[in-house]
Amino acid sequence: MRIPCPLCGTRDRREFYYYGSEDYLKRPSDQGMVEDLDNHLFLRDNPAGVMRDVWYHEAGCGAWMVVTRNTISHEVLGSELVAKQKEA
Amino acid sequence: MRIAGKGLIDRTKPVSFKFDGKAYQGFKGDTVASALLANGVKLVGRSFKYHRPRGVLTAGSEEPNAMIEVIGASNQTPNVRATVQEIFEGLNTRSQNRWPSLRFDVMAVNDMVSPFLSAGFYYKTFMWPRAFWEAIYEPIIRRAAGLGSLSGKHDEGHYEKAFAFCDVLVIGAGPSGLMAALEAARAGADVILCEEDRLLGGRLLADDAHLDGKPAGEWVAAVEAELKALPNVRIMPRTTVTGAYDGGQFSAVERVGLHKGPRPDLPRECFWRITAARTVLAAGALERSIAFPMNDRPGIMLASAVQTYLNKFGVVPGKRVTLFANNDGARAVARQLMAAGVTVAAILDSRTDASAVEDCPVYLGAQVTDTKGRLGLRAITGTHVGGEFALETDLLAVSGGWNPTLHITCHLNGRPRWEASLAAFVPLADAVPNLQAAGACNGVFDTLGCLREGQAAARAALRGLNIAAADAALPTAEGLPYVIAPLWQVAGKGRAWLDFANDVTTKDVKLAAQEGYASVEHMKRYTTQGMAPDQGKNSNVGALAVLADTTGRGIPETGTTTFRPPFIPTSIAAMGAGGRGNGFAPQRFLTSDQASRDRAAPMIEAGLWYRPSYFPKPGETSWLDSCNREIGYVRGAVGVCDVSTLGKIDIQGKDAGRFLDLVYTNTFSTLSVGRVRYGLMLRADGYVLDDGTSARLGQDHYLMTTTTAAAGLVMRHLDFVHQSECADWDVRFISVTESWAQFAVAGPMARALLNGYLDQPLGDFPFMATGAVTVGGVQARLFRISFSGEEGYEIAVPTRYGEALFRDLVARAETMGGGPYGMEALNVLRIEKGLITHAEIDGRATAFDIGAAKMLSAKKDCIGKLAASRPGLIGPERAQMVGLKPLSAEKITSGAHLFIPGADLNRVNSQGHISSVGYSPMFDRDLALGFLVNGRAWHGETVRVVDRLRGIDVLAEVCDPVFHDKDGEKLRA
Repeated sequence: MRIPCPLCGTRDRREFYYYGSEDYLKRPSDQGMVEDLDNHLFLRDNPAGVMRDVWYHEAGCGAWMVVTRNTISHEVLGSELVAKQKEA
Repeated sequence: MRIAGKGLIDRTKPVSFKFDGKAYQGFKGDTVASALLANGVKLVGRSFKYHRPRGVLTAGSEEPNAMIEVIGASNQTPNVRATVQEIFEGLNTRSQNRWPSLRFDVMAVNDMVSPFLSAGFYYKTFMWPRAFWEAIYEPIIRRAAGLGSLSGKHDEGHYEKAFAFCDVLVIGAGPSGLMAALEAARAGADVILCEEDRLLGGRLLADDAHLDGKPAGEWVAAVEAELKALPNVRIMPRTTVTGAYDGGQFSAVERVGLHKGPRPDLPRECFWRITAARTVLAAGALERSIAFPMNDRPGIMLASAVQTYLNKFGVVPGKRVTLFANNDGARAVARQLMAAGVTVAAILDSRTDASAVEDCPVYLGAQVTDTKGRLGLRAITGTHVGGEFALETDLLAVSGGWNPTLHITCHLNGRPRWEASLAAFVPLADAVPNLQAAGACNGVFDTLGCLREGQAAARAALRGLNIAAADAALPTAEGLPYVIAPLWQVAGKGRAWLDFANDVTTKDVKLAAQEGYASVEHMKRYTTQGMAPDQGKNSNVGALAVLADTTGRGIPETGTTTFRPPFIPTSIAAMGAGGRGNGFAPQRFLTSDQASRDRAAPMIEAGLWYRPSYFPKPGETSWLDSCNREIGYVRGAVGVCDVSTLGKIDIQGKDAGRFLDLVYTNTFSTLSVGRVRYGLMLRADGYVLDDGTSARLGQDHYLMTTTTAAAGLVMRHLDFVHQSECADWDVRFISVTESWAQFAVAGPMARALLNGYLDQPLGDFPFMATGAVTVGGVQARLFRISFSGEEGYEIAVPTRYGEALFRDLVARAETMGGGPYGMEALNVLRIEKGLITHAEIDGRATAFDIGAAKMLSAKKDCIGKLAASRPGLIGPERAQMVGLKPLSAEKITSGAHLFIPGADLNRVNSQGHISSVGYSPMFDRDLALGFLVNGRAWHGETVRVVDRLRGIDVLAEVCDPVFHDKDGEKLRA
């Protein structure tokens, strides 16, 4: 598997650390409801098709990114920096 | 028998090698198979189940019969295909699966009782009584099972792995592959050309084809020379592509040194991972046999193999050859044999409408119904349109048609399509993204068609890469159509083999269907068809056809099993290259490493680091003696310990304090410059991630320390929090763990030591202070922090001064009745003080559990704060951290469970566990930290500590985790 890092280009997946669903990017603050944490931490869709996950270029530039891929074809459709999402 | 003037071997270079202890001679360029055949050796192996005598069937990696052991100095490689292994001076090989000898094999008795050993024999026979299975059946079956044997020693051979990248990967260097590589290379694309054989050319050489009116070898040599001269081409002979993976990645295994004698400078094999933007699969096709009665005798070979041995090796393994075929291909073989002066007894063509005009007898509508010759073929009998025939023959060349080598197109779940006109499966166009099959592996079997397909596939690849195609002209070549009339099996009395390696016959397949295993996947498992080292390359399609016949469903409806990587048997040593022993695992050494080793300190691994366990002294009989003495240094004088392994992260920016407030449960933005604070970090789910101290070095400058174990984890976490929550803040950070060497100086005399050593004595330097100091003119950082409970300092210098500083500090400590201390002492010191490590914060502990709930600031948010308040993470039902003091001097262990005295010792009644234990000289007994349900309410009570693995059952008092200096008077002295 090859992952396109927005900063480094397409690299071997062994350079990356996999975290999980992009849901992890939407952390409820301490003002949130405890019940919302179930969604944030545990409840996950398991789509046959397009999926968006958070990966870390740990053996590379240290960028976190959202990688879009297809769970049926294994095609990697693209990636974007997590930091960019926040700034936008 | 060698044929003069034929073959691509070097007859000026004789090579001697051994097979079953006997020396044979071949020539440079021979395989073990070709050299044995040239020496008249027909019997090379025994079959798996019936121990039938077997000879060479093929001339390639798909060989099911001629599997041998190659015996090296330190390794013994089983199941090596004799058809692939090139000979070299001193090569030592052995046949396998026979005892006591290849010609006389006791286990051949299985062949006599074969009617009882049909498909499903094991399932049916070894069912009962149940108690017999482990004691009787399994040992017997295990002894009989398996083909080759291993040396039983570690394989000390050298293997490598490597990565490669290209625009166009061409798999196979026959006519299609060479044309594709040439086209892509001339256009300027980066090309990798992988060829399983030692020579480029594929069937062009084996068939002795002609291109542009000249022997094809000349064209091959010209193309090879042109490709070799181009800087954008890498030719990889002896390299088999074994698998296709996601993202244009392919695995390949290269035989680097296997064809040479032991060479210290060469790996035996190299396992490649090749990433290709586009791929042309030009893997060719494999000829298949026909299942006629007694078709497995030595001397019965595939026609294409006979042709290969003639044209590539100058060997004809018989004096009177017969050919049995259902297609035109065998005709060329017969003509070439006759041209080489070999007697062809007859061509047996199963078709009735084929031409009968050849320079030898041709029987039409012919079928072989029996064969004779136990250790080598002598005669065959059969029928034809004119009646019956009986022929004396010592070599029968069989062709049942061709199967495209499409295996790799199935590796990403693609299933091939049945093409009735070819009586074969062909690959689907888009089975592997960006891969195009060309030539024989795509069902195009004539030379001209292969050249065209190769060129077209390369042009398609170039279009995809936006590279303009070069106009390589195609050579002229034969374009004969492939005409075949399917013939899968011949009825008759004897057994007709499908899978030679696993001894599966047509009868077994029919039996499987009768017994309800009519699906192809069930049949495969019931009969073990296709599960031998050749993975059914020679037999799957035939077996499928027999199954389709039996069930009356037709081949497309019956379907096919799929192919998975690897394409050929691949040694685990090659795939795991670099992984033996420590392999390529990095080792991280402290600046004090040599100084510690000079003192004979045994090293203990801490992640990738190596840290001194203890520093033995003469007269000490165990590590515990040393540990107790070193504890005494810290408690009574001064000890020195290298603590550089702790993660150090330099954090700067106007929002640095705000950032720390977000990642730590407690507040750091309010910390004064020149002060240090202990902090606790939570994961997103509210459990403790890590702990450590952070120092404020300047207004916008912090230095965070992490535990040794979690340094990488914390860095990743900080990156995540920063990028996902506050990428727009003014904060940047970087790991400086390797930039600083840091040493703990701890004990009641620590200050005195420093005062005598620093360029300036310390002024007011209270607990949790930090400041810049100089040592011998070198800028250093000093922190007053403690992991032992004594007055403690940590002094940090740039790494290059680390060793000198350590040696100085230790020398000074020794003049004051102290010295260096190692990990064992450090561990006891921190347990006595109730300080945690990752033995406590093991991923299951919350801040509440470790008694740090009040560290969660109510005034601000932080990562994990809301999650830490979830029901179930706080309260009396939680296992809370406690101290445990055994009532007696008996040993206790970490991992032991805690029970209420009187309760039954079972899993449900376990009230917690012990996380850390150390022998405390101060208390003259083991002290422990552990987690006990509602533990803080149990202080003063007694629990039972049970470790059944080590036979420990001890009563212990539950207490506060801080055993020593609870009020911190020594700490703040």
